[in-house]
Amino acid sequence: MSFIHLIGFGLKVGHLVLMLWYSFLTVISLNSSINDSQTKPNKSRKIWMEFLEIFSRNTSEIHHYYQYIGSGKFRKTWWRRLLILWVAFGTILSLWIFWYLRSQALEKRRETLANMCDERARMLQDQFNVSMNHVQAMSILISTFHHGKNPSAIDQETFAKYTERTAFERPLTSGVAYAVRVLDSEREQFEKQQGWTIKKMTPVNKDKYNPEELEPSPIQPEYAPVIFAQDTVAHVISLDMLTGKEDRENVLRARALGKGVLTAPLDLIKSNRLGVILTFAVYKRDLPSNATPEERIEATDGYLGGVFDIESLVEKLLQQLASKQTIYVNVFDTTNISNPISMYGINASDTGLQHVSPLNFGDPSRKHEMRCRFKQKQPWQILAISISFGIFVITSLVGHIFHATENRIAKVEDDYHEMSELKKLAEDADVAKSEFLATVSHEIRTPMNGVLGMLDMLMDTVLDVTQQDYVRTAQASGKALVSLINAVLDQAKIESGKLELEAVRFDLREILDDVLSLFSGKSHEKGIELAVYISAKVPETLIGDPGRFRQIITNLMGNSIKFTEKGHIFVTVHLLEEVMESIDVETEPSSKDTLSGLPVADRNRSWLGFRPASKIVVPSESITLIVSVEDTGVGIPLDAQPRIFTPFMQVGPSIYRIHGGTGIGLSISKCLVNLMNGEIGFDSVPQIGSTFTFTAVFSNPNEQQINGQSKPKSVSEFCNMQAVVVDPRPVRAEVSRYHIQRLGMHVEIASSLNNMLSMLTNGSQTVHVVLIEEEVWDQDTSNSAVFFYKLRNLDQEIPPKLFLLTNSISGSRHINGISSPTVITKPLRVSMLAASLQRAMGTNRNNTRNGEIPKLFLSKLLLGRKILVVDDNNVNLRVAAGALKKYGAEVVCADNGKKAISLLEPPHTFDACFMDIQMPEMDGFQATKNIRKNEVKINKGIQQGNLLLQDYANISNWHVPILAMTADVIQATHEQCLKSGMDGYVSKPFEANQLYQEVSRFFL
Amino acid sequence: MAAVSQLQRQFIDYTTSLYNEGYLDDQFTQLQQLQDESNPDFVVEVVSLFFEDSEKLLNNLATALQQKSVDYNQVDSHVHQFKGSSSSIGAKQVTNVCIHFRNFCEAKNLDGCLRCLQQLRHEYILVRTKLEALFRLEQQILQAGGSVPVME
Repeated sequence: MSFIHLIGFGLKVGHLVLMLWYSFLTVISLNSSINDSQTKPNKSRKIWMEFLEIFSRNTSEIHHYYQYIGSGKFRKTWWRRLLILWVAFGTILSLWIFWYLRSQALEKRRETLANMCDERARMLQDQFNVSMNHVQAMSILISTFHHGKNPSAIDQETFAKYTERTAFERPLTSGVAYAVRVLDSEREQFEKQQGWTIKKMTPVNKDKYNPEELEPSPIQPEYAPVIFAQDTVAHVISLDMLTGKEDRENVLRARALGKGVLTAPLDLIKSNRLGVILTFAVYKRDLPSNATPEERIEATDGYLGGVFDIESLVEKLLQQLASKQTIYVNVFDTTNISNPISMYGINASDTGLQHVSPLNFGDPSRKHEMRCRFKQKQPWQILAISISFGIFVITSLVGHIFHATENRIAKVEDDYHEMSELKKLAEDADVAKSEFLATVSHEIRTPMNGVLGMLDMLMDTVLDVTQQDYVRTAQASGKALVSLINAVLDQAKIESGKLELEAVRFDLREILDDVLSLFSGKSHEKGIELAVYISAKVPETLIGDPGRFRQIITNLMGNSIKFTEKGHIFVTVHLLEEVMESIDVETEPSSKDTLSGLPVADRNRSWLGFRPASKIVVPSESITLIVSVEDTGVGIPLDAQPRIFTPFMQVGPSIYRIHGGTGIGLSISKCLVNLMNGEIGFDSVPQIGSTFTFTAVFSNPNEQQINGQSKPKSVSEFCNMQAVVVDPRPVRAEVSRYHIQRLGMHVEIASSLNNMLSMLTNGSQTVHVVLIEEEVWDQDTSNSAVFFYKLRNLDQEIPPKLFLLTNSISGSRHINGISSPTVITKPLRVSMLAASLQRAMGTNRNNTRNGEIPKLFLSKLLLGRKILVVDDNNVNLRVAAGALKKYGAEVVCADNGKKAISLLEPPHTFDACFMDIQMPEMDGFQATKNIRKNEVKINKGIQQGNLLLQDYANISNWHVPILAMTADVIQATHEQCLKSGMDGYVSKPFEANQLYQEVSRFFL
Repeated sequence: MAAVSQLQRQFIDYTTSLYNEGYLDDQFTQLQQLQDESNPDFVVEVVSLFFEDSEKLLNNLATALQQKSVDYNQVDSHVHQFKGSSSSIGAKQVTNVCIHFRNFCEAKNLDGCLRCLQQLRHEYILVRTKLEALFRLEQQILQAGGSVPVME
């Protein structure tokens, strides 16, 4: 049981050691890292705290720390050393424990032996003393009754009987005898009295012992013949004790000392066994204890001897003790130390351990001792061996665990390095792929442009029908190829991270109008309704990348139109906050309230995966738009939905055959949306339709700038007019309202013609325009006719103009002879709407050609500005100057970079500089760098007070806007422009829109 | 007046043909738009500047290409100049040839370069003739008291 406990304890200790080990290593590594970085001392404490915290969390987390441990070889050798140390420690520990336990056991054994031995010795001694006392008592008895009485009260018979009966009192004596002191003078008388001669004691054979054959004692001064003897030793009667060597010595010593005296062990007569004889002297009178030996000898009457049969006695004694078996007992007479006489016991083989207990039998001149040994040798120390072995095993195991762990870590690290190398390779390969794609597609694009241009020119030549058809096909294929290459280029750019978004001001509504007109042809072909709705809360202008935004919308709408055969495609733009608020309010999306009345996929579900609005952290001046493109197309099969944003993924091979395309659009859109800090999601129900929703973050131009830009001129002429839209479908009506409102008109909605009429008759307002959904008009032609008539006869100065909103271009319709109202073909766009209204209402046709607005504002911006134009090419210089002058700017020309630098040396009065990039001697980048250097120098000088502010037109921070003029606008050049300190670039020759965008950044 | 309107129509036709045949592009239109009361001879001014430059450049190019070891960098920079000025006035064909020329230049293809120079000279003379004709027509209209129609 205790063994198991011990193992458990050992395991616990092992665990503890393990923990300590970890902590030790961790501390070492931490300290080394601390020392390496030479941080402040309080940092080490911090790390300690951290360490403790982590340590207490879980040991399994500790592997995390291994990464701090120095790397590579150093750590490996460390580990090895530690491991060896650890194993050595374990071995030493187990050996020590073994030794310790063994010595403990030995000690215990010795103690047991000593106890047993002492116990036996004491008992022996006690019993001996008892016997001795009794013998002494008997001597007094003899002195009293034999010598004290005359005639003697004791004869041999009495003595024998008495001693026999009191033998139990002397457990160690085998017999008692009494010898009387007989002087030589008294010998004859004595012999006569006793009837035998005093015989000499001679050693004889045990078997042949016969007292009759013994010789009479030779004549001596005195004799000590035995007169009484116990029956067991009756054979000694008449023997002269003084003739036995041992006996004589004993007798003489006993009478001189007055105490019990022991012989050395001797072979007993007759029994031939080993025994000792105890002799007491019997005196005539009581002697004082300090009587001299002479007095004692003189007073001696006789001698009482007891025979102690040591062998049998000790045996008897040991039998009384149960554990006789476990030890050997030897009793020695050690009076002569060099040659101890064995009194009892056998010479068993040496079992190592021995204990010696002294025996005191009351005779000071004789020394006895008891030597005890265990019968068995010490048994194997199984406990000690197993414990130490266990500890050794545990430490080895721990060592093994560490070794394995270390190996594992090393392996994992190697793997990690390998992996990271592979990863790097893969990434390199990916980058290379993207670069390759970018290069190749760029390279393809250039000749393709040539091919397309040539085809264009070929078309203009005289061709027959077949040839024209071929050329057209070739051109269409070429265009498809170019658009595919553009898409691939985009993808590659996005993947290689080279795509950068512009940040220019743009009008979101204009862009959506553009996209709408792009798709209007297709939607008419298919008879799909196309509509855009932008929430009024979305600002007029935003700052962002209009091209990319447009690309996303175009992609989504292109997909929608591809997969939609009937119904509608509806683009809505809201502020994210707006939508998030409204989600809580309108919980049930009425499925019927859609643009075309067909059911659609749930828009709300398409942004379920988006981050919650509260989590989107955007700067305060930025605006998050949420744009949804909803269609009633075939929808996306459920199994294809998860991989919809994967590049080159299409629902199935058949799709490509039916609809064409590469499947790269959505992937690009997703990337673009991500670049705009937005998210994209969708919801799609097969055979019902899909709704794609994305968010995008734009920045909001500040208030002042918004005010600076008035509404387009063409819009203003409809200001404050009143329009009524007749449409039973609220969503569609809302879309119409949105577009009409953009013209500055007030709009009301009526759900039917009758409603409309009542509104007209009751309302006090003048209604200028009535827009009626085609569906309402066609529904009940007679009603329409009545309505038409009534409308004419309204008592208004000018009867309201009537318009039909229709999806498809069809011939004018006549209802019962009434000419059909003007038809406005959807999708509604502000320009188209304005044009239609203008045409119908006869307002003067204003040239609203594209680019008119920027040109107008350009003039405003550039009027009176002093601008430096730098170009080495005279023609270019002249043209650029001419263009800028046209906008009212004051232009100064310079034909090389050096001139520009000297002209732009502050103080100067230039408001901006347009600089050609490629110029001999000093290119535009270098010139700009020098100009910036000069400016910085002067700014610093002014700041430090070295230069007078007055000398520099009171301007402390000189920075003239420098715009690069470049023929090929590519990304690399753009970056280089910014790097060399330019503020932007414009393409050469000037393009009004772009010029406006760039210039507006500085002059607005 | 009939003569003027005839001249005007002729002018329009001629200009249109120039566009259609690819001698000129939008840039020329923009150039024309830049011309106004404050700058009545802008187009002529710029175009004659172009002629001057071009002749100089053509000579330079011819000289450069006749050298034993042709300095292609120099040739390239000349062609670049030519390309810039031609695209500025909208001489489309000249610009196109310049683009080819630069490709050959990059490839250090002397044959190609010489061929291109030939072509360039040809195109230049062509566009010069056309433009001069156009300007003559313009002058005639102005002399006849008419106004030059604005092309869109």
